[in-house]
Amino acid sequence: MTGTALLPPLLAGAKITAELTIASTFIGAVLAFAAGIARGTGGRLIRLIAAVYIEIFRGTSLLVQLFWLYYALPLLGPSIGPFTTGVLALSLNIGAYGAEVVRGSILAVARAQHEAAIALNFSRRQRLWHIVLPQALPEMMPPLGNLAVQNLKDTSLVSMITIADLTFHAQNLRNLTLDTVPIYSLTLLLYFAMALILMACMRGLERWVRIGGSPARS
Amino acid sequence: MTDTQDPIIKFSDVTKRFGDLVVLDHFDFEVNLGEKVALIGPSGSGKSTVLRILMTLETIQEGQIELDGIPYREPGGHGPFHASAKHLHNIRSRVGMVFQGFNLFPHMSVLRNITEAPVVVLGLSKREAKERAMQLLEMVGLADKADAFPTQLSGGQKQRVAIARALAMRPRVMLFDEPTSALDPELVGEVQEVIRGLAHEHDLTMLLVTHEMRFAREIADRVCFFDKGRIVEQGPPAEVMVNPQEERTQNFLAPYLADRQAGV
Ligand SMILES: Nc1ncnc2c1ncn2[C@@H]1O[C@H](COP(=O)(O)OP(=O)(O)OP(=O)(O)O)[C@@H](O)[C@H]1O
Ligand SMILES: [Mg+2]
Repeated sequence: MTGTALLPPLLAGAKITAELTIASTFIGAVLAFAAGIARGTGGRLIRLIAAVYIEIFRGTSLLVQLFWLYYALPLLGPSIGPFTTGVLALSLNIGAYGAEVVRGSILAVARAQHEAAIALNFSRRQRLWHIVLPQALPEMMPPLGNLAVQNLKDTSLVSMITIADLTFHAQNLRNLTLDTVPIYSLTLLLYFAMALILMACMRGLERWVRIGGSPARS
Repeated sequence: MTDTQDPIIKFSDVTKRFGDLVVLDHFDFEVNLGEKVALIGPSGSGKSTVLRILMTLETIQEGQIELDGIPYREPGGHGPFHASAKHLHNIRSRVGMVFQGFNLFPHMSVLRNITEAPVVVLGLSKREAKERAMQLLEMVGLADKADAFPTQLSGGQKQRVAIARALAMRPRVMLFDEPTSALDPELVGEVQEVIRGLAHEHDLTMLLVTHEMRFAREIADRVCFFDKGRIVEQGPPAEVMVNPQEERTQNFLAPYLADRQAGV
């Protein structure tokens, strides 16, 4: 089988991989901010809930989370299908790691900044939104970008719950044709191309965040 | 004018500890409306702590504090300050603070540094806040720096912006914690100039922690000499700084007095 015949199924898989990545990175980012802010600045109960979520999902493997959601969720309610299950697992996983990045950059904002804000009579919430987060955001972008790329690579695990992503199609083709080397070479290139695009997007976002507030830093 | 008899700031038997370290020891202190008070004394004697307690940046363990007749603690109040967020907001609305390290917001322009709190906290319109800010920038001599960012300013300029930022909230009490200590010597004058101007404002109560004895003498109505969490000696600068009675004050002021005698 030639490369041109291999390409269409692999591209179809790459499309699924891209969709999984985009959906779960987006939802994961929302979770990361919610849990990171909650754990960094919330009241006692909220901090505890956030900590439990973060530690469970950082402390167990994505593969187990995936299987657990795939087999356990249908027992609790209506089945949500493998794709949604995959997005859910990836989002929860990346959200937990992202939350620690968000929390870390919030806590890294100097105490002196909090004190200046208290002296100007900003409320707790106003301090967070007007003083702390705008300073923390540029700092958290590079590590969050790394997590997004990590997330793209992690999507390959969803083939285990029957989602027809890039890895799934590659394995399928290999079983059919035994053209192992060309198939995996193409698969590798496709993942790499997607990672390059993702990194470029994240760098654009990072620049946008920096220009959004502060002057160009030298 | 009988009101001026009531102190605007009142510490009664306040004890402040950090762990086992007693920083303020059954501390009593009163400041009258419009009074300009300089706090001097050796390092670690508790001068900054007094200001930080007034700004509600530090809690106290024992005693009472009142500002404008409002006790810092509420009866039955919760949390480290024994007060609700609303109560703390009320207290903080009367006090402004200038820090040794400026603490400008690095992600905001000079103008935004000054307008942000009036807009967000006081609910001023952007236009009103900008007008207020420009007047203050004019006053501190930095009207041309409105669009600059803090990183583009000298230390002296940063501190002048920080003063304008605090004044934009119209506090009744201004606290200055060694406002010129972090500055290169040639920049000290421009910041002192601004503070000197404020010292002429009749109704503004000012507390200034400083190691600049000359400056303290020049602007203060009263000088308080701190040692080991207590005020050892206080009075008009012409008395305390010229003819100190306590031995500890004499020792502390010795270099300054020697300078003066030498006519420096
Ligand atoms: N957060 C803190 N934790 C523990 N100890 C502290 C803390 N803040 C201040 N102290 C201690 O409290 C004492 C009084 O500090 P304070 O800052 O009020 O002194 P100061 O008179 O302002 O001295 P300086 O002239 O050096 O600024 C010092 O011994 C200091 O080390
Ligand atoms: Mg001090």
